[in-house]
Amino acid sequence: MLLKIEKRPEASQLMVYATPILALILTIITGTVLFQLLGVDPVEGLRNFFIKPIDNTYGATELFVKATPLILCAIGLSVGFRANVWNIGAEGQLTLGAIFGGGVFVYFHDVDSVFLLPLMVVMGAIGGALWAAIPAFLKTRFNANEILTSLMLVYVALLILSLLVHGSWRDPDGFNFPESRLFSESATMPILLEGTRLHFGTIIALFAVLGTWIMLSKTLIGFQIKVIGAAPKAGGYAGFSQKKIVWFSLLFGGAMAGIAGVSEVSGPVGQLLPSISPGYGFTAIIVAFLGRLHPVGIVFAGLLMALTYLGGETAQINLGLPVAVTGVFQGMILFFLLACDVLVNFRFRFTLFGKAAS
Amino acid sequence: MSDTGSSANNQHPRLELKGITKAYPGVLANDRIDLKILPGEIHALLGENGAGKSTLVKIIYGVLKADAGTIRWNGDLIDIATPHAARKLGIGMIFQHFSLFEAMTVTENIALSMPGRQNMADLSKRIVEISENYGLPLQPDRRVHTLSVGEKQRIEIVRCLLQDPKLLIMDEPTSVLTPQEADKLFLTLRRLSEEGVSILYISHKLDEIRSLCHKATIMRGGKYISECDPTVETAKSLAEMMIGADLKAPKHDEARERGPVRLKIHNMNLDSTDQFGVDLNLINFEVRSGEILGIAGVAGNGQVELLEALSGEALCNNPAEILLENEPIGNLGPAQRRKRGLAFVPEDRLGHGSVPEMSLVENAFLSAYGQKKLIKNGFIDTKKTRQYAKEIVEAFDVRTAGVSHAAESLSGGNLQKFIVGREMLQDPQLIIIAHPTWGVDAGAAAAIHQAIIDLAAKGAAVLVVSQDLDELFAISNRMAVIAEGRLSVSRNVQELSIEEIGLLMGGTSGSDSKKEFESVA
Repeated sequence: MLLKIEKRPEASQLMVYATPILALILTIITGTVLFQLLGVDPVEGLRNFFIKPIDNTYGATELFVKATPLILCAIGLSVGFRANVWNIGAEGQLTLGAIFGGGVFVYFHDVDSVFLLPLMVVMGAIGGALWAAIPAFLKTRFNANEILTSLMLVYVALLILSLLVHGSWRDPDGFNFPESRLFSESATMPILLEGTRLHFGTIIALFAVLGTWIMLSKTLIGFQIKVIGAAPKAGGYAGFSQKKIVWFSLLFGGAMAGIAGVSEVSGPVGQLLPSISPGYGFTAIIVAFLGRLHPVGIVFAGLLMALTYLGGETAQINLGLPVAVTGVFQGMILFFLLACDVLVNFRFRFTLFGKAAS
Repeated sequence: MSDTGSSANNQHPRLELKGITKAYPGVLANDRIDLKILPGEIHALLGENGAGKSTLVKIIYGVLKADAGTIRWNGDLIDIATPHAARKLGIGMIFQHFSLFEAMTVTENIALSMPGRQNMADLSKRIVEISENYGLPLQPDRRVHTLSVGEKQRIEIVRCLLQDPKLLIMDEPTSVLTPQEADKLFLTLRRLSEEGVSILYISHKLDEIRSLCHKATIMRGGKYISECDPTVETAKSLAEMMIGADLKAPKHDEARERGPVRLKIHNMNLDSTDQFGVDLNLINFEVRSGEILGIAGVAGNGQVELLEALSGEALCNNPAEILLENEPIGNLGPAQRRKRGLAFVPEDRLGHGSVPEMSLVENAFLSAYGQKKLIKNGFIDTKKTRQYAKEIVEAFDVRTAGVSHAAESLSGGNLQKFIVGREMLQDPQLIIIAHPTWGVDAGAAAAIHQAIIDLAAKGAAVLVVSQDLDELFAISNRMAVIAEGRLSVSRNVQELSIEEIGLLMGGTSGSDSKKEFESVA
């Protein structure tokens, strides 16, 4: 007996959209087993993980606070993924965005102006884009694999941030703690709902979603991205430049991640710290795929992934589970999604040895 | 590598095929093929692309299973189920494209294909022995990526020889070699033949076959045509058998006025970007308004490279090598060439001429957005694009459930009509069509031919590149042949005979055709 995996002639459209939900259900089932093994009542565990974090106003707004950087990064990445440009380094681009945006405040901390925050956001976008320009250059000039270069640059970015907050950007009144000054009022994202941390960054994220949606469905550059991703030769035939798309999608993804970085440091974090993100840039990869690379899907996927962060925290506090639970749940969702995708696009066939169907 | 054939065995052919038949959906790739190869014989398998050569070889090598027919090996009836079984019998195959790991050494690559564990030192020694014995110099410790194409082929040959083959199948081995390398290869092959190894040599190069092979089996359109002794045949007679002299005489409306020169290619040289590609060598031709120029040739002789250079997917070294309406365009990309009135139908419908998973509307936009002004205020004018897609579907009778359906849901013929329609409705000054009716049903083919003739009648210049001689004779006014990256002078179709075309396609050297190629330069 031989196991053969062959491509289905046509993937079911229903299943393509149903798989994220199926993946979630499978994750919950496996989660039940996991809680059981950890000696936690599964019902209690799941309640703490998925419901408790958002059963009050503060919790619900926290969901959006966590989802904001995820959605921003994922929306940028999705454009690249559509064009077969595999930017894995959103975490680094987010960090550079925070450095450039936060740097504006460090140098203008005594300036009180309405233009300070917009300047920070713009500089953040530029910082992220510049960081993504490095893999773009290496890819188009030397054909270096952007997966490797963008990923390696993440660690460089984290070290640069660390260098700055331990060094020249350290708060002079901060008792030598590795932190920048606390951001002033005019360098902080306005709060949308009093008593919560819900901030203006969420609005920016929603505009980014809307703008990307229009770009992908209504403009020539969006069309080019889709064509280059789906059939590069057809793109060349139409006269679309592959290099241009590599540059565009990396710069776009970098800028979005950079904005996510500014919105974090000038939002919930409030200053530059050695660590400003619990891996939003990496989780955004899952968000992009879970959302089927579609802007609307990404919003839902971002909220779901945000919930796993909150759920992980609740599970830590209420059930005494390790912090790794968050990563395990995120990993399971992606794993099941990819596994379901394989089954949607391929089918298994058992054949007798040597009698393979031709 | 001694001759193992005993005298009893020698009475039987080494391999004998009888009535081999293999059908794919809609096409009979092999129709009752007979083939007989004697021990020590170099046997040519001669035929155009699509004649069914590779299907037959795959059956012999156990990759495919025949629907009907028998295979005898040294007189015994056998069933070759897998390539592994073929190798066990002593059948070795050298593919046109090598399967080597570039980062590994010669010895490592060979060890990978041997059964069981290998003592690397011993294996190196044996490689050196065999390679010296057969005039195939190889250094076992060199890494494959540092080797030339000819040396890589030697690895494949040595790999086969190590397994002590009785029959060696070679698929167009010289297509990747320089003439000098090819000469060396022939010495090796003759040596092997003297030792009793049979060789099945697949090629369409007539000169090669005449000087190397003892016997030739000729195939055409999936059918067995004849077996002959190539040493006594002329290149002319072989070409006739390969192409078939039963082509209909073309009918042409010669009253048509030919206009001014639209496209002029002047001394175009272009190196292929593909290591298995063909470099273009001093290409010269022109296409006039109102005429159809056909370029014939066996696939892999530079057509891909020529088409890329014309469409703008590959740029010329010197812009003046391509003149459109007397203006140099060799340095312009596809989109800019379209703006100047060039339209292009590529060979590959799915993935090159169209994006398979996109709708017909989006595929209409793909190449027509500039000419048809389908962008309004920076946004895609969906309504207008949809209208254009509908216009194509109606004008070219594309059978589809609707323009929102994906390109890949259409049959080959309908998608081809859609692509041809999309290009023609942009009112091009010059249209370049590659293999216009390849894999298309007869009805759609006739419609496409008519559309091409009508477009030329309206004054456009048309360039058709095809392997289908029937097609070219039916629609073109003038024809030229591309072989090994060079283009013959073009001649009016009426003055051309099948033999001449055949000789040119075979790339025969040392005859009139050589002059024909050189007279252009």
